[in-house]
Amino acid sequence: MNDAGPAPRFPLPSELTEVAGAEDWASMYPYYTRFQPGDDQRFWFYNAMHFPEPMPAFDAVTAEAPYTALGANTARLFVFPTTLGIEHRIVNGRVYITANPVTDPEEIQRRLAVFSERAGHYYENWDELYQGWVTRITALIDEVQRIEVPRLPEFEDPEVVFEAKGVAQNHYVRENYHRLIDLYSKMWHHHSEFLMLGYGAYVVFFEFCKTSFPEIPDQDVARMVAGIDVILYRPDDELRKLAKLAVEHGVDDLFVEGCEPDKVLAALAARGDGGRRWLEALDAAREPWFNMSTGAGFYHHHRSWNDDLTVPFAALPGYVDQARRGELLDRPTEQLRAERERIAQEYRSLLSGEDERAAFDQMLGLARAVFPFIEDHNFYCEHYFTTKFYGKVREFGELLRDRGVLADVEDVFQLSHTEVGQALTDVMLAWAAGSEPVGTAHVRETVAERRRMLDALAGWSPPPALGPVPEALNDPAVRMLWGITAETIQAWSTPTANGDHEVRGFAASPGVVEGTARVLLSANDIGQVREGEVLVCPVTAPSWGPVFGKIAAAVSDIGGTMSHAAIVAREYGLPAVVGTGHATKRITTGQRLRVDGDRGIVTILDRAGGAPS
Amino acid sequence: MNTSPHVRPFTGLRLTDRPTVGGKGASLGELTFAGAPVPPGYVVTTAAFEAFLAALDPGEEIRAAVEALDPDDTEAITRVATPVRERIEAAAMPEEVAAAIREHYRSLDGESDTPGTPAPVAVRSSATSEDAEDASFAGLQDTYLWVRGEDSLVEHVRRCWASLYSVESVSYRRRLGLPEHDLAMAVVVQRMIDPRCAGVMFTRSPLTGDRSVVALEGSWGLGSALVSGEVTPDKYVVGKVTGDICSRTVSTKLRQHRMDPSGSGVLEEDVPEYLRDEPCLSDEEIHALVRLGRQVESHYGAPQDIEWAISRNLVPGHNVFLLQSRPETVWASREKAPTAAPKARAFDHVMALLGGSGSGGGTR
Repeated sequence: MNDAGPAPRFPLPSELTEVAGAEDWASMYPYYTRFQPGDDQRFWFYNAMHFPEPMPAFDAVTAEAPYTALGANTARLFVFPTTLGIEHRIVNGRVYITANPVTDPEEIQRRLAVFSERAGHYYENWDELYQGWVTRITALIDEVQRIEVPRLPEFEDPEVVFEAKGVAQNHYVRENYHRLIDLYSKMWHHHSEFLMLGYGAYVVFFEFCKTSFPEIPDQDVARMVAGIDVILYRPDDELRKLAKLAVEHGVDDLFVEGCEPDKVLAALAARGDGGRRWLEALDAAREPWFNMSTGAGFYHHHRSWNDDLTVPFAALPGYVDQARRGELLDRPTEQLRAERERIAQEYRSLLSGEDERAAFDQMLGLARAVFPFIEDHNFYCEHYFTTKFYGKVREFGELLRDRGVLADVEDVFQLSHTEVGQALTDVMLAWAAGSEPVGTAHVRETVAERRRMLDALAGWSPPPALGPVPEALNDPAVRMLWGITAETIQAWSTPTANGDHEVRGFAASPGVVEGTARVLLSANDIGQVREGEVLVCPVTAPSWGPVFGKIAAAVSDIGGTMSHAAIVAREYGLPAVVGTGHATKRITTGQRLRVDGDRGIVTILDRAGGAPS
Repeated sequence: MNTSPHVRPFTGLRLTDRPTVGGKGASLGELTFAGAPVPPGYVVTTAAFEAFLAALDPGEEIRAAVEALDPDDTEAITRVATPVRERIEAAAMPEEVAAAIREHYRSLDGESDTPGTPAPVAVRSSATSEDAEDASFAGLQDTYLWVRGEDSLVEHVRRCWASLYSVESVSYRRRLGLPEHDLAMAVVVQRMIDPRCAGVMFTRSPLTGDRSVVALEGSWGLGSALVSGEVTPDKYVVGKVTGDICSRTVSTKLRQHRMDPSGSGVLEEDVPEYLRDEPCLSDEEIHALVRLGRQVESHYGAPQDIEWAISRNLVPGHNVFLLQSRPETVWASREKAPTAAPKARAFDHVMALLGGSGSGGGTR
């Protein structure tokens, strides 16, 4: 990695200016998320991969909980030798992060001894431990689903008295709400449990390949490792099955481009036996496979397929067409497996000796062993658990709305998780006292003010990084997860170096195609995507899987070659350019694009375009 | 066709025939044997040259005079070499040699661009010296392109022989102190193709030595514009394993060498404006070249440095030709320590990387 050219210069945290109409943004977030004076001396980058939009107050928990868990995991549990945790700060509603390195060689050695023993235990028993993990995370998902939101009746149920339970319902408002937040935090601990070890094993193989084959594309390394039977593809597989079923039951005519789920469901119900059986199949697929967020699982408003059938139904017409034409809709897993093996064996044969081949076998074997977790944890944690979690928060929101504190259930997300706790306490007190909550006016004003601020903050362009660039930027996790290298930083600092008709990023999936741009800033608008368009978005997420069945290519602002979007694009054989930094700002819907996934270049072919719809 | 010791077609030649057909001839034969699409041709052997010289100079006076020359005395070299060169160009070729050259020429198919006209051929020297590589002689002896017709061919073979006595050639041999008595030259006669574009291909990266990629460079017209550095070529890097084109640089190509419209000789000119920024190769052609490159590499069992050309006149699927292949030498000569060795337990590689030791696990 060489960083040619002048050292990039990014603004210091203290130099950032306020956004008109959102001067009071800091009141939305906890005090410990604010930039401190000493932070000016450190390098921060905008985590647009996970947080591409301003954070609603409640959603800040999706930064707090992961970084609590991730840091504990690397720094305290496994004691990674060269890295501690990741710190986060919020400014103008955006999350910036920095990794804390360990640089003292003696300290590294001391930590290495502990790490070897602990990580070794996990690597040696990976499969068994991972099976245990699946059991634990599934139990956790069950637990979050079972949390009850108290009803606060006029009179307590008789058994509370006659069975001498001695605790009234309003107590459980607090207890169950706290349990919900606690389970969310616990989920992130499990999320981190295998993650960094998994990436460690992958990075080792990756680095080995890069040393042996300096020009090997990142995606070829991924192709040698990628899992074939991963749960992450299952939701999309379910959609394909439903498409086939629609043809078999003769209800395929209902699935047309732009169809509205409610109307389709009503029409199906009126279709007799075929329609009924299709609806039964849909119900069977929905739990758990439709617990897919339309985003990366970090915003409450990225609804899940189960919350909003628009996304899965947007993918169905294409699959139905394919099924009608008799095309094979099943993923050719045997073929994929054979191809993965062929690629690995051919690279292996190009190595220079038996020693290298033996080392290659070890590293590839380990990388493949850890990979199912890397791919599948995403479904369990970011999607399945998170969908249920937001569902429960909404139920508490319903309680607040029913008690008059909130005008709308969704308003609950304009309060931080501690403020929601306070609003619930207000309700608990009022129910106990037989009065009205005292904070209603205050809460409603706060909600309105914060909605205004979020709107204002949405117009702010966050710098991709803040502070001085460190001399060495070699944190493997940062590189693998966020695609951030010395080169990325160089590109960020000179965004227009390649002319105004070109946007450059990582070559994430090969191929060159042309198509019309569809810029989507929010995953909720995914239903707008039409057949053959080029998806341009801040960050692509695995739940967008079905959309990959209809788009011609994908372009994202953020993401490395191991971001899940890149993996899915490769799976679907679509060109993808990720980590462009600026694509959604420089491209508008309707423009004609050429996406070169071999080189990582997006060319804007005509400047006209239409207004984003 | 009669077999003659004076002429040998590429088919049937191997690298081991170098003493009689020279390095270039032998390598074209080997390449043909490897199944590569080499434009057909034959070699006028050293025996033909020997027969010719024996007829011209039975007493070996020329050789003695040349061998006596002082490499630094350019004036003397010119005085001795020039008349020799003129004598060779003017001398009649032994009838059986000329007949063999003509007969084999007639058997070469003409290219479809020139119906009714004799096939255009390239006439090149092919050095035989064991201790001096082709490259050392490159450019010293003449090469003639787009030679057409039997008479013209015989004439150009003679001129090729004569170029062995150019001032530069003689000076070079004297400087190296090469003996004259076993000096001989073979001449390659190869059907010309009229290249739309041409270039080179390395079956490992010239930049990093990476053996998993094929690097291609190409520009419009003959490869000479590229080799001489007159043009910045398009550059492609292709993964051997997946066939993916991993990098693609289309350059602005300003100059090209091509067939003179008169039908013989080379014209050097500006590339028409509309072609300058166009890629010179289609993806299909890139993939076809890479397949051939890998085939040749696997035939030789070592990374190759290959010259190629795409015919202007033939249809895709039949338009790709290889003109030369030699083992890559730059990276082959560099010792490379193994990237990594196996460890006691697979996860020890992770410990090495995450421990920051930088040893073993493929760290950089």
